[in-house]
Amino acid sequence: MLHQLSWKVGGQQGEGIESTGEIFATAMNRLGYHLYGYRHFSSRIKGGHTNNKITVRPEEVRFIADDLDILVAFDQETIDVNYKELTENGIILADAKFDPKNPEDCKASLYAVPFTEIAAELGTSLMKNMVAIGATAALMNLSEAVFQNVVTDIFGRKGEEVVAKNMQAIERGRIAITGQIGERTGSWELAPADGKRRMFMIGNDAVALGALAAGVRFMAAYPITPASEIMEYMIKKLPLVGGAVIQTEDEIAAATMAIGSNYGGVRAFTASAGPGLSLMMEAIGLSGMTEQPLVVIDTQRGGPSTGLPTKQEQSDLMAMVYGTHGEIPKVIIAPSTMEEAFYDTIQAFNIAEELQLPVILLTDLQLSLGKQSVDPFDYSKIEIRRGKLVIPEDAESKEYFKRYENTEDGISPRVLPGKLGGIHHVTGVEHDEQGKPSEATGNRRTQMDKRFRKLEHLRFDNPVHVKAPHDEADVLLVGFNSTRGALEEVQDALNAEGIKTNHAQIRLISPFPAEEMSALVNKAKKVIVVENNATGQLANIMKMSIGGHGKIRNVLKYDGTPFLPRELTNLVKEEI
Amino acid sequence: MATFKDFRNSVKPNWCPGCGDFSVQAAIQRAAANVGYEPHELAVISGIGCSGRISGYINSYGFHGIHGRALPIAQGLKMANRDLKVIASGGDGDGFAIGMGHTIHAIRRNIDITYVVMDNQIYGLTKGQTSPRSAAGFITKSTPGGAIEPSLKPLEVALTAGATFVAQGFSTDIKELTAMIEAGLNHKGFSFINVFSPCVTYNKVNTYDWFKENLTKLADIEGYDNTNRELAMQTVMQHEGLVTGIVYHDQETKSYQEKVEGYSELPLTDIDISLSEDQFDTLVKEFM
Repeated sequence: MLHQLSWKVGGQQGEGIESTGEIFATAMNRLGYHLYGYRHFSSRIKGGHTNNKITVRPEEVRFIADDLDILVAFDQETIDVNYKELTENGIILADAKFDPKNPEDCKASLYAVPFTEIAAELGTSLMKNMVAIGATAALMNLSEAVFQNVVTDIFGRKGEEVVAKNMQAIERGRIAITGQIGERTGSWELAPADGKRRMFMIGNDAVALGALAAGVRFMAAYPITPASEIMEYMIKKLPLVGGAVIQTEDEIAAATMAIGSNYGGVRAFTASAGPGLSLMMEAIGLSGMTEQPLVVIDTQRGGPSTGLPTKQEQSDLMAMVYGTHGEIPKVIIAPSTMEEAFYDTIQAFNIAEELQLPVILLTDLQLSLGKQSVDPFDYSKIEIRRGKLVIPEDAESKEYFKRYENTEDGISPRVLPGKLGGIHHVTGVEHDEQGKPSEATGNRRTQMDKRFRKLEHLRFDNPVHVKAPHDEADVLLVGFNSTRGALEEVQDALNAEGIKTNHAQIRLISPFPAEEMSALVNKAKKVIVVENNATGQLANIMKMSIGGHGKIRNVLKYDGTPFLPRELTNLVKEEI
Repeated sequence: MATFKDFRNSVKPNWCPGCGDFSVQAAIQRAAANVGYEPHELAVISGIGCSGRISGYINSYGFHGIHGRALPIAQGLKMANRDLKVIASGGDGDGFAIGMGHTIHAIRRNIDITYVVMDNQIYGLTKGQTSPRSAAGFITKSTPGGAIEPSLKPLEVALTAGATFVAQGFSTDIKELTAMIEAGLNHKGFSFINVFSPCVTYNKVNTYDWFKENLTKLADIEGYDNTNRELAMQTVMQHEGLVTGIVYHDQETKSYQEKVEGYSELPLTDIDISLSEDQFDTLVKEFM
């Protein structure tokens, strides 16, 4: 029995590769297995190689496996592109239709199964994916019954006959492969799972659900990969709670509309990726200067310019920290798991309102689109804090309300438009306590200091996720966002080899948790910062905030693909 | 009930003496009082430029935003609080150059706000460069040989974009201007009002006298019907855009807010934002 199985399906975009992976994964998730699914896709609608690799384990999994056990191929390109990942015991299940060839140096065995032909016999070649799932089920010793409720969920509305046909396709796939491989049937059986029901979601789902739970009632956004799912989820759910989404003309409008809504008193946000964030920088500055709460989700993808729209990268860091002209207080949060993506999103809205400033929630493509099993989120942990939102004491006041009052903590009472006695002015021009434009030098210093003083009152639990078993470590591994899973594997591997390894995943990029990171760096002989970018942006931010520069090294990958655990272990060892 | 004086504050505008914007400010204050608003019920959202300062000169909630972005801020605000009265305002550079994309789409979207453009055919605050509204041949610091590009035609653009309310005023005719802003405020949808507001410092061509000579009141055109889009377009084109009055008024089309499914009839600011445990459980189970 296996304790981990890695399965991949590949073919041309638009021919059902997505749904094949989806059906397989959903069924495994419902058995209680933990999954991590990652799609390789291109920036086009139809055509081009696509694949979906799913790692399945009875225990938690937060990484994409290096190896591959089963490859389901609907075209030769899938074999040619992916066969090197296959292990010696691996297997290729290829559609007989394209007369598949196994490359000479391929360690795995190839079986041509008439997926399309069987599906056509049953009525439509569209069901070839179900035949492939049936073949997979045979290899894993899974009964068809495992897929029954998934198939019913997906095809139920099309009628019983369609459900029955799909179940037949699964059965026929099982029979076909069993006839070919005989005693190897069932060789890929996984150790049993706990049977617990878990969510199966992408990071964008976790962020969107977090936003909804945080009390967001308005969203303005412009479609972009890999952020669009957030908007699409809000479009489905906001009407159920009275809210609305506007798909704007551009990201400039998206961010400024969200500011307008927050100014009005409604939690609002926008979500985008690098190109959109570039357009939003003036709005982020406006939010900072006018002290209007704003939450922006940046799902990082390959840059610069249009870059690699569908590929993994972590290269927006500097732009987010320093982006917008002039100087404003800003908070940048970088969740590294599904759970963090959910709870941190809620915190982002709390911080934005409490400190009255822009909060950027940074994810990356792997975290945003990687699909994982997650234990249900805890309702009791949802907390909404709205900060100094006040009703004016003197409703009859003819004086302008001091919206920018120079308070001790820098946070001024905030009154919403429409309230009696609260009239005030808001402007991106430097202003006095009532919001009236002022260029006086004393006022400038007062207001600048007041805005930055707010950051001293930031409440953010565990700005660094730390697993540091060693007081004196040979190596400290540092990362942010989705590299966490791979880094945890690297840490285990190095510790197993006797290399004392600590791990820190930085969750708060700005203001930088200098104290926490300094302590960890001081305990290590070498610090290896692992990033999906070409210039080592996180390492540079560390160097700007803490000492120990001589021992800081980088392991960088910027080819558009995520780090895999064994690959990363080897890269890290080269630096030790 | 508030009078126009209640919409005055103590801030002295930094506009040049004789600037057309003074009258636009007065007309907005009068119109707001005439339709029965109280100062705290109104928010004026403005862009950047001389005209953008207007949000600070009216005793109401005011938001002086970024160049060209008054409209998205105003729309976001109105979506948050549908009971609030929202006026967006700015200059021709703000609305027709840097903010043109937002202007067209705000017109199409038809959210219930009023947009007043102070159109002086020049960039004033940056001290005299060409505007998209400058006529071809207009000499400025940035077009020493005369503007090459033709002037943008805001009324035609608005009509083409599907506007439900289009009007044009002249800042000296406060009575007509006030009336059309009132009509705009009462309109259920996006009301677009372009106002000729002469720049006395940098525009020596499109002066008060020039406008007096060249403008035609739509009210004086026999048989003009402002519910007829085709006629409106034809009339505007015949007069090369130099008309004043309510150009087009569509009272049938519903506003954006009325069309959005599920959108709360109570202002979003007034509804409970927390999810119930049942609501949350349902959402979580959808992923299982």
